Amino acid sequence: MLIAREVTKEYMSGEQKLAVLRDVSFSIPQGAFVAIVGPSGSGKTTLLGLLAGLDTPTRGTVLLDNADLGTLNENERARLRGEKVGFVFQTFQLIPTLTALENVQVPLELRGTPGAVERARDLIDRVGLTGRGHHFPTQLSGGEQQRVAIARAFANSPKILFADEPTGNLDNTTGHRIFELLRSLNSDGGSTIVLVTHDSTLAARASRTIRLLDGAVVEDTGTEGSAG
Amino acid sequence: MSTISRSIWSLAWRESRTARRRLLLYMSSISLGVAALVAIDSFSTNIVQSVKDQSRALMGGDVSFNSSKPFAPAMDSLFDSLSHHGLSFARITTFPSMAVVPRTAGTRFAQVRGVTDNYPFYGNIVTEPAGLWPTLQGGANAIVDPSLLTSLNAKVGDTLRLGFGSFTIIATIKDVPAAAGIAEMLGPRIFIPARYIAETQLVVFGSTADRTVLAKLPPNVDPDNFVKPLRKRIENQQVRVRTVTQTEMQTSDAIENLTSFIGIVGLVALLLGGIGVASGVRAFVARKIDTVAVLRCLGASSGQVMAIYVVQAAGMGLAGAAAGAALGVAIQFLLPQVLTDFLPIDVKVRLVPAAVFTGLAVGGWIALIFALRPLLALRNVSPLQTLRRDTDAEVLRMHWSDVPRIAVDVALVLSVVGIAFLRARTTRQALSISAATGVAILALVASAALLSWAARKGLRTGWPYVVRQGVANLYRPGNQTRAVVLALGFGAFLVSTLYLVQHNILRRFTTAAAESRGNVVFFDVQQDQAAGLDSIIRSRGNEVVQTAPVVTMRIAAINGKRVADLTPGPVEQNGHRAGWAYRREFRSTFRDKPASSETIVSGKWFGANALKAVQDTGEISLEEGIAKEISVKLGDIIVWNVQGVEIPTRITSLRKVVWTRFEPNFFVVFAPPALKDAPKQYVLLTQVKDPQAVTPLQRAVVNQYPNISSIDLTSIKRTVDRIVARVSLAIRFMALFSLAVAIPVLFSAVAATRRARVREGVLLRTLGATRGQIAKILLAEYSLLGVLGGLTGMLLAMAGGWAVVRYLFKVPFTLPIAPIAGIALVIVALTLLIGLLAGRDVFRETPIAALRDV
Repeated sequence: MLIAREVTKEYMSGEQKLAVLRDVSFSIPQGAFVAIVGPSGSGKTTLLGLLAGLDTPTRGTVLLDNADLGTLNENERARLRGEKVGFVFQTFQLIPTLTALENVQVPLELRGTPGAVERARDLIDRVGLTGRGHHFPTQLSGGEQQRVAIARAFANSPKILFADEPTGNLDNTTGHRIFELLRSLNSDGGSTIVLVTHDSTLAARASRTIRLLDGAVVEDTGTEGSAG
Repeated sequence: MSTISRSIWSLAWRESRTARRRLLLYMSSISLGVAALVAIDSFSTNIVQSVKDQSRALMGGDVSFNSSKPFAPAMDSLFDSLSHHGLSFARITTFPSMAVVPRTAGTRFAQVRGVTDNYPFYGNIVTEPAGLWPTLQGGANAIVDPSLLTSLNAKVGDTLRLGFGSFTIIATIKDVPAAAGIAEMLGPRIFIPARYIAETQLVVFGSTADRTVLAKLPPNVDPDNFVKPLRKRIENQQVRVRTVTQTEMQTSDAIENLTSFIGIVGLVALLLGGIGVASGVRAFVARKIDTVAVLRCLGASSGQVMAIYVVQAAGMGLAGAAAGAALGVAIQFLLPQVLTDFLPIDVKVRLVPAAVFTGLAVGGWIALIFALRPLLALRNVSPLQTLRRDTDAEVLRMHWSDVPRIAVDVALVLSVVGIAFLRARTTRQALSISAATGVAILALVASAALLSWAARKGLRTGWPYVVRQGVANLYRPGNQTRAVVLALGFGAFLVSTLYLVQHNILRRFTTAAAESRGNVVFFDVQQDQAAGLDSIIRSRGNEVVQTAPVVTMRIAAINGKRVADLTPGPVEQNGHRAGWAYRREFRSTFRDKPASSETIVSGKWFGANALKAVQDTGEISLEEGIAKEISVKLGDIIVWNVQGVEIPTRITSLRKVVWTRFEPNFFVVFAPPALKDAPKQYVLLTQVKDPQAVTPLQRAVVNQYPNISSIDLTSIKRTVDRIVARVSLAIRFMALFSLAVAIPVLFSAVAATRRARVREGVLLRTLGATRGQIAKILLAEYSLLGVLGGLTGMLLAMAGGWAVVRYLFKVPFTLPIAPIAGIALVIVALTLLIGLLAGRDVFRETPIAALRDV
């Protein structure tokens, strides 16, 4: 359901063209738990942006749930993100002026989904923050903030969740708890999860690993089962 | 759809939680402008309404007929025939007199009003003790202003001498509908019954007296319709006719002239506030980049993002405008107390909903439209910023050809022009305001660009590091040069223009009064009294500065045309003033040398021949203003009717006269031979060095010649000084007010780049920069900004002030260098202060805490 075909991304660096990604192709079926790994500068984050429709490739296609992201304009992609995509970031990216509960409500309210408060409270409970919904992000620890972010990411029951170094700003123990939370949500709800990380122990616990180096896929543990 | 928009509202409200106070602070830039508009609009509406309510009482009747001469028999028979048709007439004769109370020997110049028993038709005269007005007519009684009793050291019951008549003071005036105007400051009012005027012997041929007949019309008769058919009949009778509606209109006009100037200041303050809003919102927008990027990731469309922040800006803008409107209403209730001396009426202060609503609408709109421009940048924030954050300046950059941005710019210009048209009284004024604002903004933007360019070009590697860094801040990406120069320059422009206007207008009063060489004027001096008066004055060791003969006359013909043929049509249609000037009474003089208060502007002063003997055609010199009014030029021939004798004259020079100088001045000056033998009176200007000697001198003169009046100019000077002080206080208040507007604007301008400055300052500190070095960098940058903004503002103010003084107030312009330089220094100091205040976070926080925070 998420397909990348010969995706290339080039930036102009002064007069020179700089290829960050070169002909990246793979396909991720619904419900998979995929880790994209690679060293700093290998193009992981760029790839994530392209897969999630935050940006468009220079060449190649990204199909998200049968929608060709390259043919949609920014507002159409926004609507698609609102409906089908969830995000978890390394720096949590909670809106500082909203409480935890209100942060979770945002995607629901943007779509005008009725019963936003109840749904948000339910999600807060599910990530283990019962009773902390009225706290502002600055009043929460890093791990708690990331739980709120995960609750927010699942608010619209997304088909696919993108996580950019979700444990990168957390200590080991907290990081592992967050990882487990993601995995249980993956197995409970059937959402696809695409995780970008440079932590190989975390990556090893994903069901599939795509390794990037200098903008190209050098290893994909899932090619045998799901090519095409 | 409705659920979506409702959730956008609530999201907008919740998201603004912590930013509300900051946003409101930026929006407060417009509050003072709104306050000024609301206050002045409410006030002028109230005055106009009060004038309407009280105009009949002010005049005392529906129509007034006024003349400086006794009414001709034709007029009296007209009044007679009209009174058979149900009209009533009251008569008032106003004349100057020295008021003497023999018991205390007090002497004071006063204005006497002889009134008939039916005066006034409208309004009540309240006396102290109460209810005595109707008993005035019961005998030789007088009701006087309380100030007369004070200055004469007298009390109710005393005998009062006016000329050759004696009166009993039965009461003082507590309240008269026609309240004390500035004229009353010359001398207190004394009301006496009309039939006792003759006993004073002061209203005789040639003496100064003003006669008014007030008419009361039946209730269903419109004063203007009534007067129209009469105008023709009284055209040649030297009578001025005014209706209550005319008075109303003239008073309203005068008030509107005054308020429109203040209103324009308010408007410009509002625009300055708009600039403040724009820079403040720019800072606000920079803080919102991260949130917007997240919202975009979570599926918000650019429309939804815009909706959230436009709702916030509009809400806060309205709050800022509301605060301003509330302040304006408060000020409005205070204004009448400040202005009470100038106003001829009691102003009833009411809340004027229209003014409040206009203030709210205009203020809210200006806030929104100025906020919209920076807000538009949020449309372009990419969700990618959540993964990789570019600098604020890069994220918020808008292309010049961005269509919505151009649309907002156009709407902005149209709004400014539209509001200017709404405020200004004429199209020309509206266009001038718009053009001046445009020129000011363009000039400031240009000088900001020039500064950036010069900083880039002029930067020398040999300079100390901190100076180079400070100067480089002026042109580096995301610099604040334009925003700060604009805010600063506009503020400086406004403050200095107001100062220049004040300086130039008030200078005329103060300098003129100071130059006057005498301090006591004697007038109504009869021909045979001049020598006697002169010796009384000199025997007491005083100097007679000027003795001017006064001959009353009218124009008989100009260049061969009789004056009746010159009158340009019916009086009310065209040339009302010109028509009057042809038929007015002139009080002319003759002398062989020009007085010190007058200068020849064209032609030549009288030649030797003209001064020597009577000629067929005598020479005269005309004041330039009156020459324009009766449309004559050098060489034209005017035939004067001097009390029945026609005297032909030629205009041989035009003079400019400083009227504000307290000296006897005249429209027409004759070469002496022609008027030597005409019946005349004299005006004497004397210099009494010892202020204590003035009253004894006045008393001595009035004892000898009860008909001669005298005015102590020192007291008038004091009165004028007081008024000037009031006016200058009011204008200074407005200048200070503009400065107050400029401060939040400047804060907003600096706020726009504050975050970048702090981040950079902290980075420099982690790299080893001391607080002193960072302060010096800021100092270098802000002093350059301050000097340039201030300087450009000053130059603009000189041009603007010159234009206002020259064309709106029509007085000559001078430039006070020192005070203007002083204002410039204050502006630079203010910039430095605000700049350092904004940068104080750099000094306060430890580098590590700040790095984590910003």
